[in-house]
Amino acid sequence: MSSVDTTAEVHDEHHDDDHHDHGEFIAHHFDTPEQQYDSGKLGIWVFLVTEVLFFSGLFCAYVLLRYHQPEVFVAASEHLDKVLGGINTIVLLFSSLTMAWAVRAAQLGQNRFASRLILITMVCAAVFLGVKAVEYSHKWDLNIYVASHYNYIEGYHPDAPSEGLAGALGVSQSLINLCVLPAILLVGFLVAGVIYRVRESQAMSALYLAMAVMMGGFFLGAVGGQIYQNAAESAAAHGGDHGHDAAAGEHAEEAAVTGPDTTSKYPPPIGMFFSIYYIMTGLHAFHVIGGMVALSWLYYRCTRNHFRPDYYGPVDFVGLYWHLVDLIWIYLFPLLYLIN
Amino acid sequence: MSTTPQAAKLFGNAIGEKGNYLNASRGIKSWLLTLDHKRIGIMYLIGVTVALLLAGVFALVLRSELFTGTKMFLTEAQYNQMFTLHGAIMVFAFIIPSVPAALGNFVLPMMLGAKDVAFPRLNLCSFYLWLFGTGFLLVAMLTNGLDTGWTFYTPYSIKTTSAVMYATMGAFILGFSSIFTGLNFLVTINTMRPPTMTWFKMPLFLWSLYATSIIQILATPVLGITLLLLFAERALHIGIFDPAYGGDPVLFQHFFWFYSHPAVYIMILPAMGIISELMSVHAHKKIFGYAFIAFSSVAIALLGFLVWGHHLFASGQSTLLSLIFSAITFSVAIPSAVKVFNWLATLYKGSISLVTPMCYALSFIFLFGIGGLTGLFLGTLSVDIHLHDTYFVVAHFHFVMVGGTLTALLGGLFHWWPKMFGRMYNDFMGRVSCFLVFAGFNLTFFPQFVMGARGMPRRYARYDPEFQIFHQVSTIGAFVLGIGVVVAFAVLVYAIYRGPKVGGNPWGAASLEWQSSSPPDYHNFTHKVVMNDPYDYSVMVYDEDLDTYIHREFTVPEKPARTEPEPTTT
Ligand SMILES: [Cu+2]
Repeated sequence: MSSVDTTAEVHDEHHDDDHHDHGEFIAHHFDTPEQQYDSGKLGIWVFLVTEVLFFSGLFCAYVLLRYHQPEVFVAASEHLDKVLGGINTIVLLFSSLTMAWAVRAAQLGQNRFASRLILITMVCAAVFLGVKAVEYSHKWDLNIYVASHYNYIEGYHPDAPSEGLAGALGVSQSLINLCVLPAILLVGFLVAGVIYRVRESQAMSALYLAMAVMMGGFFLGAVGGQIYQNAAESAAAHGGDHGHDAAAGEHAEEAAVTGPDTTSKYPPPIGMFFSIYYIMTGLHAFHVIGGMVALSWLYYRCTRNHFRPDYYGPVDFVGLYWHLVDLIWIYLFPLLYLIN
Repeated sequence: MSTTPQAAKLFGNAIGEKGNYLNASRGIKSWLLTLDHKRIGIMYLIGVTVALLLAGVFALVLRSELFTGTKMFLTEAQYNQMFTLHGAIMVFAFIIPSVPAALGNFVLPMMLGAKDVAFPRLNLCSFYLWLFGTGFLLVAMLTNGLDTGWTFYTPYSIKTTSAVMYATMGAFILGFSSIFTGLNFLVTINTMRPPTMTWFKMPLFLWSLYATSIIQILATPVLGITLLLLFAERALHIGIFDPAYGGDPVLFQHFFWFYSHPAVYIMILPAMGIISELMSVHAHKKIFGYAFIAFSSVAIALLGFLVWGHHLFASGQSTLLSLIFSAITFSVAIPSAVKVFNWLATLYKGSISLVTPMCYALSFIFLFGIGGLTGLFLGTLSVDIHLHDTYFVVAHFHFVMVGGTLTALLGGLFHWWPKMFGRMYNDFMGRVSCFLVFAGFNLTFFPQFVMGARGMPRRYARYDPEFQIFHQVSTIGAFVLGIGVVVAFAVLVYAIYRGPKVGGNPWGAASLEWQSSSPPDYHNFTHKVVMNDPYDYSVMVYDEDLDTYIHREFTVPEKPARTEPEPTTT
């Protein structure tokens, strides 16, 4: 019997130090780079399964509510701008392409090229959020909130802000508020990048400058989205009444009359669509932000030349995550924006 | 009988130059920042034990209050908070992480002959998530309390002034802790098995942990989104569960039980895995029906996803749907019974040693049997209408969760304690604790079946005089049970300091974790482990020199000595 020969590999201390055989990123408890890669790959796939299930609860709620009140969903989705949603869809699809390309580049050990592609992906993510900020702020200006605070009155147009920064730029105060944190981050990253450059820490400097470029993407999206928004508004104002169908008007009026009164016998059902809308897109945006952090980490590792044909797992795994974030948007876009 | 030097290394207490995992490094930091699965397991064990004792004290307060049926020292509102916190802490902070995260963490990689789990950092992260989540539950307790019951049913949970937001945040974080543990274990079992250990050569504890991981991964995210929606409901009044805005409160019940029924199997499946090990090792007989037990774990895990509607029989669910859920609920009894029959068949003609772990295992079979069978009463549509929300339900799930999981956890602790700390406990006192737990448990919960069947509703602070005798017996039983649990932990802790030292394999068990020293080396194994059938006890023979069981490979002195591993050169 040869049971002594059929033994499990047991590691010895010296594995921790032989960087040149197994690479410096092979954890001590794995036998081979392949085992580490396989574990990571299975781990990220399982994680994606949990993500899908996490969102599945929202999709179930969506189906249930839409099944009960289909006409509300048709009417409410009129408030969502198909063009802005479409632009964001294209931006995310493009970012998936650059991400997949980055995985390939990392696999070939082309760290420099991979870092460029990852930077493009980061910028796309930020552009997406910038456009989203325009969409959110526009709805808030119209008092379109979650069900309990939904207070939109048909035909209502907010007054143009006249004072402060918002008045000077001709954009809504809500958008300005949404841009405060990104602006702080942009300046902070720039300053950090310059400080590290002065200290001659090239990798850190490159990381912070890349993150500053990423935050620039946010403002690119916000400015572009707002320009489109203003054009669409004035077109609508000149083009006369091409507004919503009768059912939508009726519901909106009802909402306006009853308000968010919890004792009302006829609650404003149209607000429920926006509850689902804000939760779904908000949670998705949160995942986009998570992706931006992970991508920044990858960018840093690329500038340190960490990846090579036998070690590129992290790029692959973050890539899979990023594709899932895109995929969820691919479902959200038609379900929310393209009803009818 | 003579032994080779390797035997002394493998089964004696010779350890590598880093020392064993307990003394390899010292200081509080070396524990709090450790990536070693054994230390993380021990930290989890301490954590869940504290949670158990805390929630156990709540239970005793509740039972004391119920001694007379009139107000003793809790108002009705305080009573509501007390049973809510008892339930929430027991379920989320104790039972769910107890066996997998505490015992599983320690044992799983060693059963695979591996050095660690696949993602040690994630493992430590799980522990801290557990700590934060439990902390949030405690914050809820210390601020406004929580009075929704552990189920957080809407619309009450939207309206109550108690600290629902802290509690949901706590349960949400604990959910992620559980997901990460499941993910880690699933990947570890998939990718870190030694090449010769095929799926059907794994110990059954690993099968049950694998099935548990599947549930943790597939069910817990739904709890996550449910709690997030409830959180948003409280914070922003999004209205999805609130009928005032056209939302659907029953949707919450569906979401909640889609997780929480499978969660019952997160609690019981690892316990069943422990019992499979204990039965076989302490009957010194190969497990009967290995494949049946293995597949029944997976069957329970999968069927568990299809029965959540049996919690909604009284919530206006359609009759057809209730009928389907009822039928599938009955079918869960099949794999459960398969396990029980196989355990009993394992005992048949075994040479049973009635050591403490075996006593707990036998208690488990008895208590789990009652808990499982009364579940059939509740799965029956017409009967459930009568028994719904009565003490019958309370008794049923306590038989499964306390009689099942807690008993198995204690049995598992007594079984692996010599491995974890290298010391043997006082077996007589261990058996005394088992008797107290068993007697106290039955005294507590058996009367509750009778009360429930006679219409005593659950979660009531006051009751009619006709129920008083049952409540009083139950309260006395609860204190006996509490004393039993304390005695058990006292026996175990005493053993760490005063117990006699043991060798690597005091039980003569054949799974791989017993081929290390006790306590295990920092790297688990100092030598290559010898692969063998985990239930073939004939390969282990008692060695007088080492006073422990060793592998037969090492008993023949003529056998050529195996080469030493290369000395460390760093
Ligand atoms: Cu159930």
